[in-house]
Amino acid sequence: MNYGPLLFLAAFFALASSWSGFVLTTQLQLGRLQQTNTVASPAVTYPVARPGLAGQGLQVYRANGCAYCHSQQVGQTGTLLDIELTEAGTNQAATIAALLKLAETPADEPSGLSPLPPLAAAKGNASGAALLNGLPKSLLRSSNRPAANAAVKALNATSAKAQICIVPVGPDLARGWGRRRSVAEDFLYDSPVMPGSQRVGPDLADVGTREPALSWHLLHLYAPQAQVRGSTMPPYRFLFERRKIGLQPSPDALVLPADAAPPAGYEVVPRHAAKALASYLTSLRAEAPLYVAPLTVAAAAAGTPTNAPTASEATSTNAPPTR
Amino acid sequence: MLFFSAAVWLLVASAFGLIASIKFHAPGFLADCAGLTYGRVRPAAVNSMLYGFCLPSGLGITLWVLARLGCARLAAPWMVAVGAACWNLGVALGILGILRGSTTGYENLEMPAYAASLIFFGYLMMAFWGVVTFHQRRERRLYVSQWFLFAALFWFPWIYSTANLLLQGGQVRGMAQAVIAWWYSENLVVVWLGLVGLAVIFYLVPKLTGRELHSRYLALLAFWLLILFGGSGGIPATAPVPAWMPALSFVTALLGVVTVVAVFLNVFRTTNGKCVMLMSNPSLRFLGAGLVAFVIGGLASAVVAWPFINRLTQFTWFSIAKGFLTSYGFFAMVTFGAVYHIVPQLMAQEFPFPRLVRAHFFLAVAGVLLFVLPLAIGGIVQGVRLQNADIPFTDIAKGTLPFLRVSTMGDLLVAVGHVLFLANLGGLAFQFYRARAVSAWAAATAETKVAEAVS
Repeated sequence: MNYGPLLFLAAFFALASSWSGFVLTTQLQLGRLQQTNTVASPAVTYPVARPGLAGQGLQVYRANGCAYCHSQQVGQTGTLLDIELTEAGTNQAATIAALLKLAETPADEPSGLSPLPPLAAAKGNASGAALLNGLPKSLLRSSNRPAANAAVKALNATSAKAQICIVPVGPDLARGWGRRRSVAEDFLYDSPVMPGSQRVGPDLADVGTREPALSWHLLHLYAPQAQVRGSTMPPYRFLFERRKIGLQPSPDALVLPADAAPPAGYEVVPRHAAKALASYLTSLRAEAPLYVAPLTVAAAAAGTPTNAPTASEATSTNAPPTR
Repeated sequence: MLFFSAAVWLLVASAFGLIASIKFHAPGFLADCAGLTYGRVRPAAVNSMLYGFCLPSGLGITLWVLARLGCARLAAPWMVAVGAACWNLGVALGILGILRGSTTGYENLEMPAYAASLIFFGYLMMAFWGVVTFHQRRERRLYVSQWFLFAALFWFPWIYSTANLLLQGGQVRGMAQAVIAWWYSENLVVVWLGLVGLAVIFYLVPKLTGRELHSRYLALLAFWLLILFGGSGGIPATAPVPAWMPALSFVTALLGVVTVVAVFLNVFRTTNGKCVMLMSNPSLRFLGAGLVAFVIGGLASAVVAWPFINRLTQFTWFSIAKGFLTSYGFFAMVTFGAVYHIVPQLMAQEFPFPRLVRAHFFLAVAGVLLFVLPLAIGGIVQGVRLQNADIPFTDIAKGTLPFLRVSTMGDLLVAVGHVLFLANLGGLAFQFYRARAVSAWAAATAETKVAEAVS
């Protein structure tokens, strides 16, 4: 290593290898990502471009550095299989007996099925007729595919109808931050992509499902502590205008609680940026079931029961086991 | 002078850092002004630290060491000065742009395109003459540090242009943007800062202790590992990207341990196991502290790369603490050491306040400790609690506040240290120019006296 050109080549080679690994390959693999169809219905594609105002809101999100406190990546530690009873059938006594028998399986076995609350409650009393009310409902949970299949088979043999639902699990999901893990498709039409690196505030990947109302977001941007008790978020009052009420109060004016309200005769009106940001936030809905991150959506599963098993087939091959 | 403007930027950075930190005492602090909202002040702090201080001071050191080791004069110093002015203008515009809300949205690459192009141009102006100086060297045999610095000279323009063109040019879409931003950020913070920082350590430690560097081959190993694998870490385990990326990141982060061990062993053997020697000289003291931070930071990176642990620490303050440990605890400390060594030689003057150098050292070390320790512990606590969905999120967020408040103290100490640093540099520059002015004055008056005498 005693020559300048040799040194140059060494550095060039090293950088080129890292470049081809993380820039070129990434671009080849992720840069060509296209819309995909969702598990629920082949006709529904995901993602769709954000509506215009929400697209502008993304720029407000960028300009004010929201990503320094909020991540948009939900993690998932795995998936579980819930056995859902959709129809009780004619031989209800046999169904209940089969369910109770399945619930008896010790949970610590490798093929263990564990009863979910409604079934666990019914374990004590002998009749268990209440079990079959309010179907469809999930009754058993398993982490093991063959065991779940066997259970479904046992239930179907009693003239009832049961199916397997895929339930992604993980602390983020348990917190209600999303229904499945985030995938690259969620960001397809965003530029810049801001997945965030900090959780000073909660994850926003699916905030549009949690808080679908624009008014909630506007109020929260203006006075975070009024909406979320004990929030550490700073207020974004510069996105709003406080002005004297004209002839008529503005229809956009915020309805503020007493401690955040402006003095009498004044109203707080969101500026365009605030509306755009709120619209962007409500457009953050990472809930579509995809083949890369499947989940069974209750409504869709009930409507098109034939699709659900397809989804399950996809799971066993496509989904990385511990994500 | 490059170092001086770097010191000013440092102060700007710590001012922004303090504002951002105070926001955790009272979220309403300065919140009603758009330019001073947390999401703008924080990137402004990070950028003025990186582009205002780390890169230009690193470049200044690079040029000096290349000239020194090559026994050559710096080629076209005025061109370098123009480049530095260009760079500073770019950084100033970039910071203003960030405060105005024209950030790009990619972490560590927030400068808008107009500032980035100025920065890039300024860098090329400086680096080109660095390469020319390297080429004109009269000492043909290359020393270890020269490998590192020469590679660093090329590294930055490559990654900076790649990242800027791809991300701001708009050709790349979707998650690929985020991956490229991670790649750039890692290459800048780990590889570039690592190359320059290690070059300084390998140059100054043997020089100031008066011993030979223990092994060229260990240094070569560290060099290759750093440039081959240093830039591939940093993709979090749960990122929504194909699984091979986090896996590759993890493996390369483990290889980082080998780099750390190679560097540490080399320095340890160079000082013949007497690390106490590092305390004997003010510059060496900074280098020693920087080396410790490098070792701890490198090991921490390898530990948190483990997917299981990464899941815990990924979105927490721990990552901030780790980042600060490498960019400040390691790189900035090493830079201070180098500046305290180089600038008096450049100006042929001693520092006016040698005691302040000592004070700066202790302030910096205490500041780093007070910043990194609470945030690291707070981050781990935060991460563990985030795994438990039964704890409400606001409780977790509030639970981190005491740690953040302690870390503000660290910010404050570091900032006071920067004031001392700047005072010393300013005092030195003042002395230097006064001495020059006095001699010029003396020469001028002498001439008139002679003229008077003649007449």
